[in-house]
Amino acid sequence: MKCIRFWGTRGSLPVALTASGVRQKVVAALRGAAGRTFASDGELDAYVDSLDIAVSGTYGGHSPCVEIETGGAEYVLCDLGSGVRPFGQKAMARHGAGSPQTYHIFMSHVHWDHIMGFPFFTPAYLKGNRLCIYGGHAGLEEALRRQHGAPSFPVDFSALGADIEFVRLEPGREYEVAGLTVRLMLQRHTGDSYGYRFTSAGRTVIYSTDSEHNLADLAETSPFVEFFRDADVVVFDAMYSLTDAISVKADWGHSSNIVAVELCQMAGARHLCLFHHEPIHGDEAISRVLAETRRYEEISRTGKPLRVTAAYDGLEIPL
Amino acid sequence: MEFSSRRLADVIVAAPVGQFDHLSAQQLQAALAPILDEAVAGKTPVVLDFSGVDYISSMGLRVLMMAAKQMRAANAPICVAALQPVVEEIFDIARFKHVLETFPSVRAALQKISKTAAAAYDASEP
Repeated sequence: MKCIRFWGTRGSLPVALTASGVRQKVVAALRGAAGRTFASDGELDAYVDSLDIAVSGTYGGHSPCVEIETGGAEYVLCDLGSGVRPFGQKAMARHGAGSPQTYHIFMSHVHWDHIMGFPFFTPAYLKGNRLCIYGGHAGLEEALRRQHGAPSFPVDFSALGADIEFVRLEPGREYEVAGLTVRLMLQRHTGDSYGYRFTSAGRTVIYSTDSEHNLADLAETSPFVEFFRDADVVVFDAMYSLTDAISVKADWGHSSNIVAVELCQMAGARHLCLFHHEPIHGDEAISRVLAETRRYEEISRTGKPLRVTAAYDGLEIPL
Repeated sequence: MEFSSRRLADVIVAAPVGQFDHLSAQQLQAALAPILDEAVAGKTPVVLDFSGVDYISSMGLRVLMMAAKQMRAANAPICVAALQPVVEEIFDIARFKHVLETFPSVRAALQKISKTAAAAYDASEP
């Protein structure tokens, strides 16, 4: 595996940066630059690079879609949220319509935010392309067909030109796909969700979104600790605060930054990437959660440090 | 884990001591259970003196959440006092002050809940 590339990181619903949001960023950047002079573009770039992403950029607003670049010719994706649209555009720009490609797509589950990008995934319309869509749900194919046609969408699933295959996976088994060893695990979420463990050449990536945890339940927690064991990167649903996750939003099927840190620490993981951001949160709120999560990691650390980042649309994590 | 409790007039002050992580949260829950039963039965306010607590994990906070729910159902107040700075940080990161009201000291908590208990506290302090 070469890297993880994030195309959509927002949970539940895509969001867009508004005009007032952009204005706030411009004002904050100008305020920070007050009294400074920039003798070259390099100095200007250095200043912009010194700013927090909440000022200099954005975490983005696409719903979940994550690419694992294997180093091979075939593509590997997790989920088909709205982020798969820009991924598809990038793939089309790279290969054009006359160069068939293979896309392996691992589905956490079929809630709307994780499938809504599929009707806009251009490679699916082109003959010669091959799509292998994997998941633990029996109703995976039905869910994708149902949103891809009247009255929800003007083009029927049957009009897709690519060769599309659905592959049902079972937890507890190991699969070899595109040079990766893949395992999946059932997670607590309404209608069930599945987490994935991808391993290749001694590197391990966990994709675990839309999963609620009660760490007090050891029988439930221990298998996750083993599933996450020694992972290089854990992409983890940290949508809510701990308080929300165990009170007003208990049983909503999501987790918190605090549980993310504790699970990764128990598992000896090296890098936690906060994911499935709450759509209510603006960029400043996500940056604040990231800073607090890093602080909690320091407070609760008993072994090696756990690196903590927050995913954003466009982030690449080298492996 | 150490745990003590005392009654000051019409308030129970419970004082756990130690770190409450995934290993010791159940001990905290077990120690709190009889206190909460007594408090619920008599609608007696409870102040948790956290001056001796130097770490609390999600599982410890979950125990406090359950305690708060139990007390709220009985319409009996419960709060936390004298948090160490690190534990206060954890409360802030977890947004836990939405669950339990916090006070800088046991006396400040008692002053709000019961003047009688605050006076009993003053009398008990050297």
